[in-house]
Amino acid sequence: MTIEATQAPVVRKPPQGPPHPFAEFVSYFAANRGAMIGLGTILVLVVLGAFAGVFAPFSPVATNPQAFLKPPVWQAGGVAGHWLGTDAIGRDMLSRLIYGARLSLLIGLAVVALSVTVGTILGLVAGFFRGVIEIAIMRLMDILLTLPTLLLAIIIVAILGPGIVNALIAVATVLLPHYVRIVRATVIAETAKDYVTAAKLSGASNLRLIVKEILPNCAAPLIVQATLGISTAILDAAALGFIGLGAQPPTPEWGTMLADAREFVLRAWWVVTFPGIMILITVLAFNLLGDGLRDALDPKLKR
Amino acid sequence: MLRFLFTRVSLVIPTFIGITLLVFVLVRLIPGDPIETMAGERGISSEEHARLVHEYGFDKPVIVQYGLYLSRLVRGDLGRSIVTHKTVIEEFGSLFPATVELSLCALMFALLVGIPVGIIAAVRRNSIFDQGIMGLSLTGYSMPIFWWGLLLILLFSVQLGWTPVSGRIAVLYFVEAKTGFLLIDTLLAGDIPAFWSAVSHLILPAIVLGTVPLAVIARMTRSAMLEVLGEDYIRTARAKGLSSFRVVTVHAFRNALIPIVTVIGLQMGVLFTGAILTETIFSWPGVGKWLIDGIARRDYPVLQGGTLLIGSIIMAINLIVDMTYGLINPRIRHQR
Repeated sequence: MTIEATQAPVVRKPPQGPPHPFAEFVSYFAANRGAMIGLGTILVLVVLGAFAGVFAPFSPVATNPQAFLKPPVWQAGGVAGHWLGTDAIGRDMLSRLIYGARLSLLIGLAVVALSVTVGTILGLVAGFFRGVIEIAIMRLMDILLTLPTLLLAIIIVAILGPGIVNALIAVATVLLPHYVRIVRATVIAETAKDYVTAAKLSGASNLRLIVKEILPNCAAPLIVQATLGISTAILDAAALGFIGLGAQPPTPEWGTMLADAREFVLRAWWVVTFPGIMILITVLAFNLLGDGLRDALDPKLKR
Repeated sequence: MLRFLFTRVSLVIPTFIGITLLVFVLVRLIPGDPIETMAGERGISSEEHARLVHEYGFDKPVIVQYGLYLSRLVRGDLGRSIVTHKTVIEEFGSLFPATVELSLCALMFALLVGIPVGIIAAVRRNSIFDQGIMGLSLTGYSMPIFWWGLLLILLFSVQLGWTPVSGRIAVLYFVEAKTGFLLIDTLLAGDIPAFWSAVSHLILPAIVLGTVPLAVIARMTRSAMLEVLGEDYIRTARAKGLSSFRVVTVHAFRNALIPIVTVIGLQMGVLFTGAILTETIFSWPGVGKWLIDGIARRDYPVLQGGTLLIGSIIMAINLIVDMTYGLINPRIRHQR
């Protein structure tokens, strides 16, 4: 007993060498207050969205004919039970906002998943095979980047027809060039390195080279861009909803709710204020998280 | 330098042709019959319908339509609006100044606030001011501006009654359009009350549209300044005994300008995207609102021509920004 106790410090190895990259990443990330706030907010939103049925006091589409356009409970005229008031046809604001969280998060994730998948494939192809294919892909991306994002998204939705799925496709298309560019640049930089040549010499097929050797190196910048992309996606989808080309009523999408609320700007501040606050908080949280990830993953910024 | 210019310009041409093709195909894919839309609710006889389809060339094969489109484009003919029967160029020309006036004022607002704030944040790095500004700018960057506009209307127009809700100028003023910029036209006409009316209409939309660029410019200025302030020549300048104001503004800021100019160039697309939303909220009679209305009316030529013109303008601005670098920084010019 006593011998062990005295020997313990001698036996324990002193920490040597650099920490494991993942441990280093975690420590950098955890030290970033903004990123932690962003992550916390996102977790809260995810829980709210996932269990919307539990948290929301009412159905998002149920109307209460006794309470049209009632203010939040703390204001004179508020109706008990409708914490954040009701909209023009008596739907509970709080419930719609909570269901909206589910919708917006799903939109953000779906857009980025679509965009990252297609973007990675195009970027890999462009960067690995070069030549005419590369020129064709990159020119197309340049064209997409030249047109204002919202204008392009609007035209795509005009073609496909308004609706949440089409808005999602439109926004994913608009975000595409960023991912293609990142992946292509990384692929070109990595292909020139010795380890890829070594793998090629040892007989690795193109597919193996791309998937096993090169692709993992794209992960860090892609993760950062994807996180920031979720915020752009949520914002753009809400903007489309606001113009009337995104989710259609009575879907409790925040942008669509704002479009409905426009005509009540003069007499019902709550229908205008709350959906926007939710969009702002969500987008801000993803931007904070994305910035934090970039700082933690980018070795150039590490002190 | 000439070769640099030549390479840059030659890169633009395929992009431009690509845009014409993309715009043509996209707009052609929009469902709905433009002739019937044009006829409105009263409907249209089938002979009349056939005549109009022929007149607008909708009966020819798509590839021929694109060829016709290109050949007209080369002659500067972007077609006529199906709804108003005015040429697209004419309509664009009459509405574009409103968008430019709004965008320029928004950009001015963003620069006048963003650059000083970014500089101060960099000089007082990690102070409460710095953290507060960076927090605010990230908030501004995350702002859904269509909501931000409604919120400002709620506060300044509804609660305080300081500014009008929509439009460019009060209806009781008539100002002869010389430049198309109301701020200048009213002053040229010597009509001071009209000028103030135009200013009061412009303030809120400009702030709304300037918010995202403001946030981006403040962040970019701060990081560019931080980089420059760490350089040896700044220490030298300080050691020479120069005032800290002089060191910051003359020695540091001038060298921080390149990344800032880049960002301003990149903000053009952002500004236009913002203009679409801002013009919709404030009923600002510019090209953004015109295009949105064009979609609702299935006004193909307006959509095609408008998108093409806007894409070309943004491309031209990017080209100019690119060339400016070549002028400022020889290292960029000699890169291949």
